[in-house]
Amino acid sequence: MAAIELHDAVKTFGPITAVAGLDLEVPEGICLGLLGPNGAGKSTTMRLLTGQAIADSGELRVLGHELPGEAKTARGKMGVVPQLDNLDVDVTVEDNLAIFARLYRVPDVGKAVDKALNIARLQERRRDAVDELSGGMRRRLLLARGLVHEPRLVLLDEPTVGLDPQIRTELWTLIGELKARGTTILMSTHYIEEAERLADEVAVMHEGRIISRGRPVELIDEHAGHQTAEIYGPPDRLAETRAEAESRGLAVRPAGPAIAVVGSEKADGFVPDDAVVRAASLEDVFVLLTGEEAE
Amino acid sequence: MEAAAQVQPQRQMRRLEPAAIAGIMSREVANFRTYWKGTTFSSVLEPIVYLLAFGLGLSATLVDEVNGVPYIEFVGTGMVATAVIFSSALPAMFGTFVKHRFQNTYDAILAAPVDVEELVSAEMLWIGIRSGTYGCIPLLVTICFGLDPAPGMLLVPLFCFVTALGFAGFGVAMAATVAKIDQFNYVTALFVTPLFLVAGTFFPIEGLPQGVQVAAQFNPLHQLVELVRGGAFGFAAVDLLRFAFLVGFALLTWRVAIHQMRKRLID
Repeated sequence: MAAIELHDAVKTFGPITAVAGLDLEVPEGICLGLLGPNGAGKSTTMRLLTGQAIADSGELRVLGHELPGEAKTARGKMGVVPQLDNLDVDVTVEDNLAIFARLYRVPDVGKAVDKALNIARLQERRRDAVDELSGGMRRRLLLARGLVHEPRLVLLDEPTVGLDPQIRTELWTLIGELKARGTTILMSTHYIEEAERLADEVAVMHEGRIISRGRPVELIDEHAGHQTAEIYGPPDRLAETRAEAESRGLAVRPAGPAIAVVGSEKADGFVPDDAVVRAASLEDVFVLLTGEEAE
Repeated sequence: MEAAAQVQPQRQMRRLEPAAIAGIMSREVANFRTYWKGTTFSSVLEPIVYLLAFGLGLSATLVDEVNGVPYIEFVGTGMVATAVIFSSALPAMFGTFVKHRFQNTYDAILAAPVDVEELVSAEMLWIGIRSGTYGCIPLLVTICFGLDPAPGMLLVPLFCFVTALGFAGFGVAMAATVAKIDQFNYVTALFVTPLFLVAGTFFPIEGLPQGVQVAAQFNPLHQLVELVRGGAFGFAAVDLLRFAFLVGFALLTWRVAIHQMRKRLID
């Protein structure tokens, strides 16, 4: 049984189609990265899975429970780590965890709180109010709150968005530990590096659909080949080079101040000598497939 | 799977599970522990100030008695309703709005095995309990000002609780309906203030025009005022109807609040 099964799920908001016939299966025990630009439908997909949004049509099943009818039972078996910090800031760290242990009907609240404090490495701060914690500690607490009932499935919605690199690395370590314990993870992100580091498989989402899916190396191999050549220079030269590359049927994408010729190993001597040649990356795949700049 | 110690429930969950309601109320209690002193201080001081200003001030200059009751006792018993509406409708309006729009608290709670019906019920119950308790303070203060205790007063916490449930539901429904927090000004001006003034707290409604008297019968605060005075000075048979009205008001606003919150919280 897959942990998550979505078949032809559609969700619209007035004239906007956020999820457009989404098919997604997440087997138990893997970490699937849902990678897409802002507005791709990732957060709406997460809300569909928790029953906080109701699909207009399609079949949705989480841990064997049909949604939205059995969403409450399904939520009891999954943990959710939201994009936005919604901790109770005046309340202590341990009370924040205890409240959610009760909401999840955990039989031994004290033991669950101790375990979650260990995960968040906040044992020493358990009696401090949340607003006394640093940003990194708060994010760790938010993650631990979603794990307080030891769920089989965890939904991570942009877990490190807006965080500085040090805190992001801390979070990645915690998520890595969660993966190592075999918990099924669905992680939405628009950070390429996050998906590359953490996800066993990546599903690229664009305009409400999955447009490609596979292990990162498979996606790179399928869509970007082996190497990418980055060409720098004045705008006129870049425009000329781009036009020539495209006339040869090569995939070209913007790369900040440069242009990147993706799959440049097939360029048959076209690549200029001053180009920077590197291994093709998931970022190349993302930009080629979605047309959006990566972060 | 190694990771998941199977502590989570395996059964299908039902509606209005006590564990979910208790969990949400435990959150309210945890938060209340951080601000109870200020709330309690103002809840005690306000009726004292009102009784000094209206009770002693007016009774010394303009009004001696109302329907045979010393004016200070008339106002003091009526003040219970004032305490109830201001400790239920306003916290429900502003608290719900802030938790939903600014703190994203409800997103967190609804990601757990809790539904909107349980969420609203727990919020209302908590406000009802808190307001039912604080609503009794004016009565206690009035006893200190000379009101004789009576056995019927033991029912006042229940009357306050049921009325507060109704106004909590009203507040939650309003919070789920308005688009911006500024729009609470309309709610306060159009509903809260008129209900508060035409409750019979400061003057008997019998002196008002006939139409207003009829309208006042549909004011839950007026029914509460009459029940509290019944508890203090003697009940009448009609008080059963008054209590039934308050129960109906609470049930109605409960369902409306759930409906409005569901529209607001579930996409």
